[in-house]
Amino acid sequence: MNTLVGNTKPNSILYLDGVSVSFDGFKALNSLSFVIEPGELRAIIGPNGAGKTTMMDIITGKTRPDSGEVFFKGSIDLTQKDEAEIAQLGIGRKFQKPTVFESHTVWDNLELALNRKRGVFSTLFYRLTAEDRARIEEILSTVRLTNRKDDFAANLSHGQKQWLEIGMLLAQEPELLLVDEPVAGMTDAETAETAVLLKEIAKTRSVVVVEHDMGFIRDLGVKVTCLAEGSVLAEGSIDFVSADQKVIENYLGR
Amino acid sequence: MITSFLAKALGRNIVIAVAILLVLAALVPALNLLTTSDHPLHVPTYIVSLFGKYLTYALLALALDLVWGFCGILSLGHAAFFALGGYAMGMYLMRQIGARGSYGNPLLPDFMVFLNWKELPWFWYGFDMFWFAALMAVVVPGLLAFVFGWFAFRSRVNGVYLSIITQAMTFALLLAFFRNDMGFGGNNGLTDFKDILGFNIQANGTRSALFAASAIALALSLIITSGIVRSKYGKILVGVRDAESRTRFLGYRVEHMKLFAFVVSAMMAGIAGALYVPQVGIINPGEFDPANSIEVVIWAAVGGRGTLIGPIVGAILVNGGKSIFTAAFPEFWLFALGGLFVLVTLFLPKGIVGTARQFVERRKEYRKAREAEDARTFAAAAEPQAAE
Ligand SMILES: Nc1ncnc2c1ncn2[C@@H]1O[C@H](COP(=O)(O)OP(=O)(O)OP(=O)(O)O)[C@@H](O)[C@H]1O
Ligand SMILES: [Mg+2]
Repeated sequence: MNTLVGNTKPNSILYLDGVSVSFDGFKALNSLSFVIEPGELRAIIGPNGAGKTTMMDIITGKTRPDSGEVFFKGSIDLTQKDEAEIAQLGIGRKFQKPTVFESHTVWDNLELALNRKRGVFSTLFYRLTAEDRARIEEILSTVRLTNRKDDFAANLSHGQKQWLEIGMLLAQEPELLLVDEPVAGMTDAETAETAVLLKEIAKTRSVVVVEHDMGFIRDLGVKVTCLAEGSVLAEGSIDFVSADQKVIENYLGR
Repeated sequence: MITSFLAKALGRNIVIAVAILLVLAALVPALNLLTTSDHPLHVPTYIVSLFGKYLTYALLALALDLVWGFCGILSLGHAAFFALGGYAMGMYLMRQIGARGSYGNPLLPDFMVFLNWKELPWFWYGFDMFWFAALMAVVVPGLLAFVFGWFAFRSRVNGVYLSIITQAMTFALLLAFFRNDMGFGGNNGLTDFKDILGFNIQANGTRSALFAASAIALALSLIITSGIVRSKYGKILVGVRDAESRTRFLGYRVEHMKLFAFVVSAMMAGIAGALYVPQVGIINPGEFDPANSIEVVIWAAVGGRGTLIGPIVGAILVNGGKSIFTAAFPEFWLFALGGLFVLVTLFLPKGIVGTARQFVERRKEYRKAREAEDARTFAAAAEPQAAE
């Protein structure tokens, strides 16, 4: 797995090589390596505690790796940057637990997420332009929240909060989107709609989705990476990965 | 740019509060100065000064609300910024005494002569000029807040830990200002002031002017804070309060956001302190007492944090209560204050203003729902008639 040679790195949107991190001696990631290509939609599966969320923490600058390389667009070293910088570079992240601004309206949530100048003074004197208004309205309809735009995010259903968070990521206009368990707690209908939404989003950017829901992964129909104990167990089509003996032992069979 | 900022700042409640403050700024001095003491509407000078003091407390509580109510930074050291502003004004007032002190030294304040000092320390230079002292009353607290906040917010000190180090900050200043060799009058602080801008500090007219200045400063600060919290920046502050990591991952520099609010808040606290000192006639290290900062939190909690108007109401009510209460049972005030805090936390978690707002909103919703209901029954009743 660790043979990422040749020109994979310069042509990738995201490149991880030999990334390890431990917490109090426990190896959460153990020489993890994989590559995401521009425009790719990738699914990541794996048992609880496999290190999927930790991997996102590393990519978004929340956690520093003990060793290994993490590069964005082939040349930007993400291990040297913090969360805000990485977000501004164009990497968006949806948390495992839906995290929106509960005491703001749906509209304000999107307005804050919009990819505009983020300094103290530019936000202090910010005025909503016609362009920004149009963009927010567009996102509202993409995530199907137009008729809830003036409601407080706290009053949304669980599934709607997940969508609002995805909408906020869209407003950020990232080149790479990391989505942690987007359909957890959703109804079957909502899950199916979310698969459609993510495929739509992936047309214009790279997306990495972590999910446990195998039905959802099948709906996506993309390349799958299975993690276990902090490294890659198998990678390939869903049928290939789910036929792998190690994957069955470590994950599916459990 | 500025006009749209102000237009956003002026919500209905803010306009009403500002109007009340401006009316008081004109009316109270008028009733004090233009009526004789037997007139039914006469406001005695001690009341003018007492309420002038309350207004400076209200400004301090408003400053705290900006960081605590809107950004979740529970500062337990805001009295330090207030006291520093107070000391800056106190130094000006000391230097105005000039040769009229007990020792008659034209340059050195009495306590320095007493300590056998021969020269004015460098950090007392310039304080003979009002504009310089006024500037220092905002710059010094602002600078302290900047340095403190820079380190604390960059190292992501949060929650209880941040509250504890703000207490440590004010406690350290308390100890420092107690020392005679610091050059701020030690234990006794600065007092025996004679005049301010050439006016006798005890005169009724001066007292009234200080009251008016406090009311106007509070009104202006209210407009500014309201503008801040209603801007996009203010919404980000609330975002930091409710989901700090979400704000970070959206690309905002949380430490800058917090730092700006913290510095603005400290400057307002400094202005409050500078207006407080001439009205009470003394500033001493006791103002740095950690308990003072905790009291400010209680005022804000009682009035309703995150409402801007609430902390103003809370500061005036609690301190009014304190004045009455301590006259009757001086030993029990701290128990009463503690009890009040517990009661408010249990039964009015949103404070007076927050609860009132909630009540009004519920009523509105209820009325709307009922109107809709009425409209429906009316339509249903009207239909068969139309068919006849
Ligand atoms: N900050 C931390 N401190 C200590 N241990 C941590 C920390 N973050 C993660 N871990 C541990 O690292 C391991 C990997 O956790 P991680 O959250 O990445 O798993 P996951 O694959 O996302 O699991 P799940 O499917 O349950 O979300 C777990 O055993 C977890 O307890
Ligand atoms: Mg996880």
